[in-house]
Amino acid sequence: MTNLSEEANCKREAQLEHVWGNLPGWGALAAVNHTSIGFRFMATGMIFFLIGGVLAMLIRTQLAMPEQEIIEASLYNQIFTMHGTVMMFLFAIPVLEGVAMYLVPKMIGTRDLVFPRLSALGYYCYLFGGVIILSSLVLEVAPDAGWFMYTPLSSNTYSPGPGSDFWLLGITFVEISAISAGVELVVSILRTRANGMALNKMPIFCWYILAMALMIVFGFPPLILGSVLLELERAVGFVFFETSGGGDPLLWQHLFWMFGHPEVYIIFLPAAGIVSTLIPVFARQPLVGYRWVVLGIITMGFVSFGLWVHHMFTVGIPQLAQAFFSIASMLVAVPTGIQIFAWLATLWQGKVVFHLPMLWIVGFLVVFVCGGLTGVMLALVPFNWQVHDTHFVVAHLHYVLVGGMLFPLIAGFYYWLPHVSGRMPSDKMGRWGFWLFFGGFNTTFLLMHLTGLLGMPRRVYTYEAGLGWDWLNLISSIGGFIMAIGVAVIIVDIVLHFRFGRRAEQNPWGADTLEWAIPMPVNAYNFSSMPDITTRHPMWENPELVESIAAGEHGLAEVQSLRRDIYGSDAVTGKVREVVHLPTNSWLPLMTATVLAVVCVSLLIKAYLIALAAAAVALVLVLRWSWENGAHPRAAPVGTNDPVDPPLHSRTCDGPGLWGMVVSLMANGTLYVSLLFGWFYLWTAAPQWSTPETSPLALIPLAASGILLTLAVMIYHGAVSRLRKRNAGSLGLRLWLASAIGFTHWCLLAWVLQTSSLQPTELAHDAVLTVALYYLLLHSGLAMIFTVLQALRVQRGYVGSSLPYEPIVIQPFWVYTLGVFWLSFAMFLLLPMAWGAP
Amino acid sequence: MFGWFTFVLVVVVGLWLYAIRRAPEPVSKARARQVQNRWILWGGLVLPITSMAVILAFGVPAGHQMLPLPPAEGKALRINVTAHQWWWEVQYPDSGIQLKDELHVPAGVPLDLHLTSADVIHSFWVPRLGGKLDMLPGRTNVLRLQADEPGTYRGQCAEFCGTHHAHMKFTVTAYSPEDYQAWLREETVND
Repeated sequence: MTNLSEEANCKREAQLEHVWGNLPGWGALAAVNHTSIGFRFMATGMIFFLIGGVLAMLIRTQLAMPEQEIIEASLYNQIFTMHGTVMMFLFAIPVLEGVAMYLVPKMIGTRDLVFPRLSALGYYCYLFGGVIILSSLVLEVAPDAGWFMYTPLSSNTYSPGPGSDFWLLGITFVEISAISAGVELVVSILRTRANGMALNKMPIFCWYILAMALMIVFGFPPLILGSVLLELERAVGFVFFETSGGGDPLLWQHLFWMFGHPEVYIIFLPAAGIVSTLIPVFARQPLVGYRWVVLGIITMGFVSFGLWVHHMFTVGIPQLAQAFFSIASMLVAVPTGIQIFAWLATLWQGKVVFHLPMLWIVGFLVVFVCGGLTGVMLALVPFNWQVHDTHFVVAHLHYVLVGGMLFPLIAGFYYWLPHVSGRMPSDKMGRWGFWLFFGGFNTTFLLMHLTGLLGMPRRVYTYEAGLGWDWLNLISSIGGFIMAIGVAVIIVDIVLHFRFGRRAEQNPWGADTLEWAIPMPVNAYNFSSMPDITTRHPMWENPELVESIAAGEHGLAEVQSLRRDIYGSDAVTGKVREVVHLPTNSWLPLMTATVLAVVCVSLLIKAYLIALAAAAVALVLVLRWSWENGAHPRAAPVGTNDPVDPPLHSRTCDGPGLWGMVVSLMANGTLYVSLLFGWFYLWTAAPQWSTPETSPLALIPLAASGILLTLAVMIYHGAVSRLRKRNAGSLGLRLWLASAIGFTHWCLLAWVLQTSSLQPTELAHDAVLTVALYYLLLHSGLAMIFTVLQALRVQRGYVGSSLPYEPIVIQPFWVYTLGVFWLSFAMFLLLPMAWGAP
Repeated sequence: MFGWFTFVLVVVVGLWLYAIRRAPEPVSKARARQVQNRWILWGGLVLPITSMAVILAFGVPAGHQMLPLPPAEGKALRINVTAHQWWWEVQYPDSGIQLKDELHVPAGVPLDLHLTSADVIHSFWVPRLGGKLDMLPGRTNVLRLQADEPGTYRGQCAEFCGTHHAHMKFTVTAYSPEDYQAWLREETVND
């Protein structure tokens, strides 16, 4: 290469940096870039981790000796509730999401996640939600009913303060971020891989993240529903969990653990992904049994949804169900075993180079296998009856979560540090940190198993002397403080390394995955040009990729029209199908999240009118957000030099937006199915379930409104079918018509709700029905507004025969709304009638 | 059970450490594949499934004893326990005796404890006598227990139930059959 072209290359890269970089100064708050957002998730998560750690230290201080009164009971209850909440919701999941957001695009050879503004929104929701939850601790009104908030203890009667509201609203707010990250990661992994990266050539880490993201999509909605229902019960007195009106406190436990158990695997899978990535690198040997491991990941994902009841073995459920869930719980040992032995076989066959990250991996193995084995014991029902809710369980869950998540996470931190900073971590201090942490951890929790077996229940703020628990607790407390020192050493080590670490060479660990083809420290656009990838180990087989990518020898090397362009590829084969143009820096995510925070806080202080107004503002902001898409001047206006082969995604019929819509509807559908579950559960299992004498709803008008909705969907469907054939004749008119009929349906439905004799504060039956009706109203209302917006876009020329993208994205939403309407009609009204109830 | 699991833990960790230290000789691809499949098959499938079979064989009969099935001989003694924040209301439906925070039972006789709650969820647990069972408002769960030897057993609420959860305790006093009859007479006379 001549000097001249080198100069041209520098100019080219400068332009890439200009287009992909964040705004300067405060403008960084408008960043949507996955590297920045991933960092922010990780850094914020680590701060929450330290806060959670301080809470844990307070707990251990109080329990160090019997009958201490350092912390009084009510404060202790707040502390342990917040410790669990912070660690699970504000540390574990967001940090892992941050790792995934940072790494996934780099591993699959692309420049950003596919919905960048959504990443930014997710981050701000997480940050604001976390701050709201923690503020309760400062205000001394923190939730104190345990991190799983069992009703009726968390209900108005027994927790009259705002503590539970903080929890329910704050966590729901944080979960917006989890679900948005889940949707985004699924679509990014499936639709934006490097050209030629078929599913079976994908780095194993991405399989883990794909599974995790899908589990988030299906796992979080039950808890969101549960939180909404409980908050409705607390705020306006709807009956869901109160026995007297036909509710059942056990419904909360079901909804909570339907989320709670998959959650454990949502945390474990990405961490195991780190292990599966690191071991082959240090063993200098491809992962043994790639297919087996993928199979194990998928099995784990499925099985983990069938296990939630094992958290409820002591509530007195039927024996047969217990046997089923017991065996299912044990079955999880199989995919875990497959992975552990695949790792073992990889090490067995390879020549292992032992660096600091490997130390943490070995630590992971010891701690996690121990936790896994006590887990199998717990799955055994009679044993569970004995140790459930004792310190044995506390020890078990810390072995599984710290072993299964924190150890691999720190291994990963050390491993990817050079990627971030361009410097190597220090070996000596890192080892000190490891041994202090590992030793401290086992001192704390190994003997805690025995404390539990000796009968010490969990969540007691003190205990009597002389029960044989004294010395065990003292040792646990000492271990806890050693562990804290270990954390401090690790943090100091990592901070110092940014300043004093040895400069790292390119690909310092000799890794096989694509993220190491990027210059270190990392730039804003990852890949200066986008290579074709046809192997599972690109950096082992083509180490020259580093130079050829930097020299701009691959795809999308030149910036076009100052757009952020990446490739969109086929979900299975990874062949390029379109050029996806991504939105650039935007203030909309921050604004939307701020307004949502206003909604959250005004609900907390029970200022419902402000909440409603803020929600409306949030809707406007989100609509504005969707407006700046496609052929809008701020996105990709129709130009003469638009690429044709492959085309821009907003000119196609099957772009990532459609995938995003479908995945979001899966999450939404899970929420709805959880509501149906609640309905059938209360109907069949609530001790005092009762139905009103006469049907509270006017059936005929309701059916009529359903027919109107069907009509609207048919018209919309017809318009989109023609559009797919690139026929946009009378498109605008059809869209207006669909929204007008949709509006009539909405008014009729609202009238039915208005004139109904529903008594949601008296009967659980009516409460569920009311929620279902509001759910339907919300959906058809949104579908109508979206369609009006599309009709306006047709007038502006943003949608048309060559720009069919957006109406196609909205079509599944209409179909979903219709499906949910008739399903609700059948399940909530017809089925009970057929059963003989009024 | 603990022995077996400790053994598994030590073997797995030992194998890992050995695998890390071991310097393998170069082997053919086919041979390597064979070795790999063997690891995954034995370690990933056979080992966990055998372990499960072992503990189920041990656990199922143990679980069976705790079910409130009709006892082989005699009749189980019924006691109703209602949990409150933060105390236990104990009632003997056969003799009408009411107690607070204490149970008195004959040793060697199966007990059917009918458990319910007046407010939030609690859990009835006497560690030395057996498993725990939750006490839910609006429902009644039946727990089968038996104290084999006379003596005093300590019990405690095992489901977090609010501020004074840590102090929600009770005692179970088990008597020999004669002493129990004596206690019964005394209680009924007092009423």
